[in-house]
Amino acid sequence: MKQQRLITRRRAIIAGLTSLSGMLLPACSQPLPPTYGNILRMGDVFTYKAHRALLPGQSLVKEYAYGDISSFPATGTIDPSVHSEAYGPFLKNGFGDWRLSVEGRVARPGMYSLADLQKFPMRKQITRHLCEEGWSAIAEWTGVPLSLVLQHAGILPTARFVNFVAYDGYRESIDLLDAFHPQTLLAYGMNGRDLSIPHGAPVRARVETQVGYKSIKFIESVVVSDDFIDNGDIGWAWYVGI
Amino acid sequence: MPSLSAPNGQHKRWVRLSHWIIAMSFVALVFSGYEMLMTHPRLYWGEVGNDLTPALLELPVSRNYRHGGWTQRESFFDRPGSPISAGRTYDIFNQNGWGRSLHFLAGWFLFITGAVYLLAGAFTGHFRKRLLPRRDEFTWRSFLRDVGDHLRMQIPKGGGPYGLLQKCTYVTIVFFLLPLMVVTGVTMSPAVTAAYPFLLKIFGGVQSARTIHFFAFVALVLFLVVHVVMVIRSGFRQQMRGMTLGK
Repeated sequence: MKQQRLITRRRAIIAGLTSLSGMLLPACSQPLPPTYGNILRMGDVFTYKAHRALLPGQSLVKEYAYGDISSFPATGTIDPSVHSEAYGPFLKNGFGDWRLSVEGRVARPGMYSLADLQKFPMRKQITRHLCEEGWSAIAEWTGVPLSLVLQHAGILPTARFVNFVAYDGYRESIDLLDAFHPQTLLAYGMNGRDLSIPHGAPVRARVETQVGYKSIKFIESVVVSDDFIDNGDIGWAWYVGI
Repeated sequence: MPSLSAPNGQHKRWVRLSHWIIAMSFVALVFSGYEMLMTHPRLYWGEVGNDLTPALLELPVSRNYRHGGWTQRESFFDRPGSPISAGRTYDIFNQNGWGRSLHFLAGWFLFITGAVYLLAGAFTGHFRKRLLPRRDEFTWRSFLRDVGDHLRMQIPKGGGPYGLLQKCTYVTIVFFLLPLMVVTGVTMSPAVTAAYPFLLKIFGGVQSARTIHFFAFVALVLFLVVHVVMVIRSGFRQQMRGMTLGK
């Protein structure tokens, strides 16, 4: 009797470990961010895989009432003209000659003006921004769902990642599940006004299923890729849905 | 003696192993959690809380405490009392790059080991036999007497079955505080709350969950301190041998 129970426990542990390694196994065949042999990056990838395996992918984040809109600090870059000579001139004519480049693995690469983006069906959402630092704020965002722009440009079936390049030199990328999330926007308005410079004018991303730093400001171009584009280990997790 | 029902005072192998994995994860979680607290040492209640809104509690634990360095405040709306925006010009302390990743890595170790421990504890009868006070054991009188003995530092030598206060403490840690830590922790995850919005309802918002997470952390660190003191007072060598070699 006791022998049998002993084996049952051991079997349970073995079964648990086997199913755990089963979760890690698909990592070999799928494009994933590199770990650089760093155990912290391995943990990040494990969290990403676990979220993708266990959470329903397209659940919407909570949307709030107009009266919930709160004060909102602008952090990170608050003036991109310090980093980019190209950015300053846009301010003179209200981003009239600014163009968003959509390129990479799309059938019709193109340049979109602010007016072009505003011709797309608009989405307004009042959502909570959660910064990795620990603070949160609620704002209303106006923009075009990223999915509409990607489809307009003819995203290719082999595409897996959407990369953003910003005027302050910052880069980000998200997978297609987040890129096609209904609340993922290229936002040009905040709280009923044009996006201000400290908050990312003329266009910023809103990636509501991840913490704040994925919602990259001052977007210069959107690059669609088949593989994960490695910009080197910047010391921060790539996936921050947690 | 079958390994699943070791004599009182001896720790079974799976108990010892999970104890040390969870203990090491806990130390990593405290270290990285404190780093994150230093990055934003303000606590709030509800869904919203930032440097431009009032705090419930401000902790002087880093140079970010009440830091200055903000651009001119601007109102979002043309009305009195409008929410405002300001740009931060102060270079804050922020080591969350490794802090967050270490926290979640250790969190996985704690969560998976904790889940295995809870299942094993339930199915082997470990909780029933060793951890939960017996029905005839718990009375307020004996509980208070045990508290009094501990306050007078009359600590029984280790090796026997757990005392009443000891059992009650472990039960609080295992079934309440550590699970609360995990649940308030994942309530701070935007991907998790998108999938399970009821988590935000339970705690009344992401900042409330963060504040509860902080106070549970304080309680757990206090437990750790008392736990180590008790291990030392009740015979350090014997207790350490018991939790490592199982003798």
